Amino acid sequence: VLAVDVHSSDAILVAAVFLATAVEMVEALTIVIAVGTTESWRRAIEGAAAALATLAVLVLAFGPALLKVPLDALRLVVGSVLLVFGLQWLRKAVLRSAGIRAKRDEDAKFAEAVVELSEAEAQGEGPRVAFIMAFKGVFLEGLEVVITVLTLGASAHRLGLAATTAAVAVVLVAVVGLVVARQLSGVPENAMKMGVGVMLVSFGSFWVGEALRVGWPGGDAALVGLVAFYAASCFVLLRALATGAQRRIAARQ
Amino acid sequence: VSALVRGLRAFGRFWVDFLVGETPELLFAVLAMLGLTALLSLVVGWGTLCVVLLPLLVVGALTASAARERS
Repeated sequence: VLAVDVHSSDAILVAAVFLATAVEMVEALTIVIAVGTTESWRRAIEGAAAALATLAVLVLAFGPALLKVPLDALRLVVGSVLLVFGLQWLRKAVLRSAGIRAKRDEDAKFAEAVVELSEAEAQGEGPRVAFIMAFKGVFLEGLEVVITVLTLGASAHRLGLAATTAAVAVVLVAVVGLVVARQLSGVPENAMKMGVGVMLVSFGSFWVGEALRVGWPGGDAALVGLVAFYAASCFVLLRALATGAQRRIAARQ
Repeated sequence: VSALVRGLRAFGRFWVDFLVGETPELLFAVLAMLGLTALLSLVVGWGTLCVVLLPLLVVGALTASAARERS
């Protein structure tokens, strides 16, 4: 008999890692496509591949080591990091959705990269700068993914699942991104960011609570309740901020 | 040696940017939440209260930080 044991916490972990990876990779892909179309696809792919290999080495180097840390200590530290990180993501996403802060513009990022590459080309440094730009773009955005994979995966003792999910997300975003090429600005990046923020904050609260013997009702199932509570709270906060912003605009006119 | 120092500085800068960034209040709020939860749950024995209190504090920190940007 093939028994498939799927926990709600696994489903949330997969969703969180997948969305976080997808958001970061959309940002990285903007730079890779800019390098590819402006300078050289070979340099763009080499830079991106080198960055992905370096990130994979980081996961392989630190992942198993993290699994040896006592679970309570790991969950306290990781939970705290996820709370801070998740709150930062949520804050940014809520402010952007409420219209208080400008949304990230992939077209503007693309244009910036093209200008930088054209300047480098004029100075005869095109190929070198192209490789560095692709590497940096993927590595810096990917570093946040590595931290998400390591923290979520190690604390849940599901490092393999988290790493595989991230790898699948990287491949999917790369394939879709290359097909749609420069239409990455159509990706609902902010909504995805808010979803990831909700899940990171939920995991953070859950693990901090576990480490400090809070005693969540229903065990792992409490995570679902936390996700629902934080999602609802963000919706209320978003509405309140958006209404306030509209009132201030109306008062000025 | 200088390469090692540069590497360590860059590593430190990354973590400061990652955890503090433009919102130091969120880091301090999380530290305060941890302290309060540890006190109530481990010392006083009110773990059940923390089931409700911790999520409320998290939402409170988010609201206060977002309101700071608005003002």
